[in-house]
Amino acid sequence: MGAAAVIGGQENHGGDRRLLARAQALEVQFGGRAVLSGVDMDIAAGEIVTIIGPNGSGKTTLVKALLGLISVTQGSARLMPGTRIGYVPQRFGVDAVLPLRVDRLMTLTAPASASAIGAALERVGVAHLRRADVASLSGGETQRVLLARALLRQPDLLVLDEPVQGVDFAGEAALYALIGELRDEMGLGVLMVSHDLHVVMAATDQVLCLNGHICCAGVPSDVSRHPEFLRLFGRQAAATLAVYRHEHDHDHDLHGHVVADEADGDHAPDPHGHGHHAHHSHSGHE
Amino acid sequence: MLDDFLFRALLGGVMVALVAGPLGCFVVWRRMAYFGDTMAHSALLGVSLGLLLSIQPVIGVALVVVIAAFALFWLERFRWLASDTALGMLAHGSLAVGLVVASTVPGLRIDLMSYLFGDILAIGRQDLIWIAAGVAITMLALGLIWRDLLAATVQADLAKAEGVPVGRVRLIFALLVALLIAAAMKIVGILLVTALLIIPAAAARRVSGSPEVMALVAALLGAISVGGGLGLSLWIDSPSGPSIVLAAIILFVLVLAGTGLVAGGTDRRR
Repeated sequence: MGAAAVIGGQENHGGDRRLLARAQALEVQFGGRAVLSGVDMDIAAGEIVTIIGPNGSGKTTLVKALLGLISVTQGSARLMPGTRIGYVPQRFGVDAVLPLRVDRLMTLTAPASASAIGAALERVGVAHLRRADVASLSGGETQRVLLARALLRQPDLLVLDEPVQGVDFAGEAALYALIGELRDEMGLGVLMVSHDLHVVMAATDQVLCLNGHICCAGVPSDVSRHPEFLRLFGRQAAATLAVYRHEHDHDHDLHGHVVADEADGDHAPDPHGHGHHAHHSHSGHE
Repeated sequence: MLDDFLFRALLGGVMVALVAGPLGCFVVWRRMAYFGDTMAHSALLGVSLGLLLSIQPVIGVALVVVIAAFALFWLERFRWLASDTALGMLAHGSLAVGLVVASTVPGLRIDLMSYLFGDILAIGRQDLIWIAAGVAITMLALGLIWRDLLAATVQADLAKAEGVPVGRVRLIFALLVALLIAAAMKIVGILLVTALLIIPAAAARRVSGSPEVMALVAALLGAISVGGGLGLSLWIDSPSGPSIVLAAIILFVLVLAGTGLVAGGTDRRR
């Protein structure tokens, strides 16, 4: 980890970074209905990409297509040759009928030495859970254990599907801080799905807003110095969270289809009705 | 020693139980008890066909059960058909067809009870060879796919993303269950085979902290059930198959009572 930390840390915002995964003109259909279409995205080493979007907008589908878990209808989605992934799936629950301790979970798909397991758990701050039953873990503990599992594989790309689900606000900030550290230390690429439409991890390099297609993309704005934000989230949390301002140039009808925007080019503060509570503009796209 | 019918019964039963335990753990973890039951029900058709075509019934059973497993995989693709409905249809449909075909085979009717409820005391030398071969293959194959199958059981997407051939190990597992059913039919019979898979595994869960320990304990409890059931059958002259299942149930209750006193029976949380 030591050597990688130096390289990763230095090259984080450098020029040519190794491409880890790429989607090109990606289309995925379920039962004849397009869930994703025309999606292009790249993710490179040392880069954090956060995917946001309403429920049913295809966030998890995009991730699964990149990982090769579902078949692609058109276009392509793939990991570059040699990219090792560490994956934390959206839903993870071990049934109580299966006795599984954390240390056994760590070696689920590949053996690992006891010291490597210990180091990985230590790195994410849950070394004390080594002998705990997986079924008894809290949401935050589960996410950290899964993160440790992913790290054990020495990945190039971390794929985290809603890593802060079931985690309280302080835990969310801490988890984001940890993910940022890991990126800096190891030069990892991080592809993350966020459950929140507006608040993303501050260290995100690129936000992709998805709703069947890529609605908009950009960088989150740093709001950690805004007094109101600080008051709302607290100093610690505000440092790791950021607000993403959607800049959409089109609207969706009730079925999620794009409709022509009458106020084209007129960038009113919130042309998409995305601003605060107006998620219903996408709700037909379940 | 192999001349002694009791020794043959014990040997055959214990061999089957030793592999039924670990395999049964996966049946329990994957919630496939009804799946195993369905495959077992279809075995009677295999017996009938085997006798009709004058081939070894065991081969007929293995073939039909494997076909049933494929049919289930195929039926699962129809979203409009609930999977438990598909299972029920296949279970009772194949049992019915098996019984009808059996009625056309002269002499099979008399034997029907032994196929439905097992006839462990009638295990011959040749049966032992079949059982030993089936058990050895199943044990070896399960050992080879153990890590992958467990990973696919815990979280299929995660396993697949990390390179586990999830579809293939699932199929192999279904085939192993089919093979075990063919081997276990003599021991407890078609209608009770699933019990040998799930009861020792369920009991083992109470005293196991890891999947591997649970598999070993289930194998052990299964073997004890066979021995105990055989003893019970001799003692009170009860049918051997149901006696073995009864012994397994008694063991389960004993384990429950033993662990209940220590850990309390309230930990139903996930």
